[in-house]
Amino acid sequence: MTETVLEKKVEEKWEPKIIAFLCNWCSYAGADLAGVSRIQYPPNIRIVRVPCSGRVNPYFIIKSLTDGWDGVVVSGCHPGDCHYISGNLVARRRFAILKELLEFFGIEPGRVNFMWASAAEGERFAVLIRKATKMVKELGPNTKFQKEW
Amino acid sequence: MTIEAENKEIEASIRDVAKKMLSEKQVDVIIGYSQGTLPLSSTPIVIRNEEQVDNLIWDNLCYINLARYLAPLMPQLCDSEGNALKIGIVSKGCVGRAVNLLAAEKQIDLDKVKMIGFNCNGNVNRSKIAMEIGEKEILDVSITGNEIIVKGKDWEQNFPYSEYINELCKVCQVKIPSATEATCLGECQQLESINDEFADIDEFEAKSTEEKWDYIKKELEVCTLCYSCRQACPACYCNLCFVDQNKPIWFNKTTEYTDIFTFHLIRSMHLAGRCVACGACSSVCPVGIDLNFITRKLEKIVKTRFNYTSGLNAKTLPPMMNFKMEDAEEFMLEED
Repeated sequence: MTETVLEKKVEEKWEPKIIAFLCNWCSYAGADLAGVSRIQYPPNIRIVRVPCSGRVNPYFIIKSLTDGWDGVVVSGCHPGDCHYISGNLVARRRFAILKELLEFFGIEPGRVNFMWASAAEGERFAVLIRKATKMVKELGPNTKFQKEW
Repeated sequence: MTIEAENKEIEASIRDVAKKMLSEKQVDVIIGYSQGTLPLSSTPIVIRNEEQVDNLIWDNLCYINLARYLAPLMPQLCDSEGNALKIGIVSKGCVGRAVNLLAAEKQIDLDKVKMIGFNCNGNVNRSKIAMEIGEKEILDVSITGNEIIVKGKDWEQNFPYSEYINELCKVCQVKIPSATEATCLGECQQLESINDEFADIDEFEAKSTEEKWDYIKKELEVCTLCYSCRQACPACYCNLCFVDQNKPIWFNKTTEYTDIFTFHLIRSMHLAGRCVACGACSSVCPVGIDLNFITRKLEKIVKTRFNYTSGLNAKTLPPMMNFKMEDAEEFMLEED
């Protein structure tokens, strides 16, 4: 993306675009509950439903950033509640390492967020999404790690 | 003792053990190092009888991790009836670690592998020397006393070994393979854990995000995505690497820095908890990228997070193949 477009983006009232990978069994239902309960949360997230947080390959996250998303959220069931028994536990180790590596490579770690939200926690989902959106907003547009062509 | 004398001693001990193994029919073939055809290099060799034992060498240019040849080669090394051959492998500490890793991941059968262990005295940092010499053609490299002597046409340059040793060898704590006597002839030890300080990584981590980005971008930008690091790596044994997969295409093969970053990020994700810190990747890098700092970071993560060091025994699973209910999750987003 050329610099002029980016500058324009900043000048205008820029809103971050965040891609959210939500697990089918907990977080997706949690997001649904937040919606049904009319709890307000920022419309910046675009949801991708995945079977389990263990389905989220680290490549999805990196690819999202290079494709120009300003932030990534991955959400799954609380440890112990996984529909597939241990998918989120496997994912947790993966995310721990990915988060440290991103930080080590100099990519703002606040852009990539991991959270747990169960199907009953509509309020918690909204709060965490607000928090994540705020964090990405403060970091500004993802210009550094975005593909130029 | 000088490095030259140490090398002679190690070489003699390797040849002794190799001869004994072959004459007693403990192994059918031995994978080892032989004199390289190019200066600043060595070549892997597979020997099958006692006469060939004198081709085995040890100098400080044996940077290849020989375990790289185990996982893909093992099914091919059979006798005429199709029985798997027993393989001997010349093992410095990190080759021993890689053999343990491959065994833990069920890629090789440890009953069929015998290591020839010795106390490794480190490898030369090839890229550092190549960078300092620049465009001049190197014709011969030898180690005399404690000096590395690099010769070309009408010129000669000396490098002190202690300064031009590979960065990972400087902090190496597994110089002798960690194995039982049943699998390792020659020298061996049984290590439970190692104490590493990671002072070099702490220093880098204290920098700001911008500084880290600038440093890593400068370092990685020259990468040509030749995948030499992958080819040299003993832990990279996938039949189809994610960069080669084209149904669907995972990876853009341009040399834009986002693609380079993606490759190195994902490769380090795949190696987390599996990397054996042999430094083969940075030794073979044609553009001299110091990949050791990523390697060290990976070691630090698994050591601090999971208290694990790869390749110390053939039983414990690497942390990424395992999980615990009580793993730390301080990085997760929580309500205030």
